Amino acid sequence: MKLFYALITGLVFGIGISLSGMMDPAKVLNFFDLAGTWDPSLAFVMGGALIVTFVGYRLVWRRDAPLFEARFQIPTGTAIDKNLVGGSALFGIGWGIAGFCPGAAIPALGTGRWEVALFLIAVTAGFYLRRLLAPMQTAGAAT
Amino acid sequence: METAFTPFTSFGGGLAIGLGAVLLMLGLGRIFGATGIMSGAVFITSRAELSWRLALIAGMVLAPVTLFFVTGQMPVVNVPVSPVMIVIGGVIVGLGASLGSGCTSGHGVCGLSRLSVRSLVAVPTFMVTAAITVFIIRHVFGA
Repeated sequence: MKLFYALITGLVFGIGISLSGMMDPAKVLNFFDLAGTWDPSLAFVMGGALIVTFVGYRLVWRRDAPLFEARFQIPTGTAIDKNLVGGSALFGIGWGIAGFCPGAAIPALGTGRWEVALFLIAVTAGFYLRRLLAPMQTAGAAT
Repeated sequence: METAFTPFTSFGGGLAIGLGAVLLMLGLGRIFGATGIMSGAVFITSRAELSWRLALIAGMVLAPVTLFFVTGQMPVVNVPVSPVMIVIGGVIVGLGASLGSGCTSGHGVCGLSRLSVRSLVAVPTFMVTAAITVFIIRHVFGA
């Protein structure tokens, strides 16, 4: 039941991504191209998502526990460190180069486009690269 | 290339993205961060941690086909960048998102709605670096 619930949850999120335009790199890159072919559509994606999560999270948190787990696992870190700022800066650079982000690319895999698979393999390589760098860095704090 | 301004479908997609995030919090008590979900499926800690992630990812991947059966159309994926750029961008996205502990979904949608201090730093950081990157690629190098 928990796994079926997770599947449906992923499907709802993925349909949202599909409708929103987030899985279209042409649209994503245009959102950032203020000096060129600017398309502000994706601001409406974030607006819609934040309205639902801002209200929805607070309603959910009135419960003592989630439906299928013993407790909520919410990140509690507040440290503004080099990893957070540098990592986020890098993430934006990569997003601006490729036009895909992970949350959009996973559902986009379902369109069967090979570019999406290539991107996700590269992202996985990036995860491994971060592991290689790990001894030099403090362990990744939570969101 | 120009893309059409789609405020209504983008807003609607955003609502569904938010609903997916709220459903995951309600059912499993987790943040819907694509980076965390994906890296948890790559670096496996336990079978229980893996199974719900795989179910969630399966649901996400099924979204475009589901939408195709309902509307008769696959979501648009236009990739205006070369395979080399996809690989370079993907590796930087994977490295940056894991160092910064989040991406557009984790920090953007979930973190901002929780008013997480770390996300309030991360999101403007990656939005600005993405815009600078697109500006440099398109208007300095003229790609």
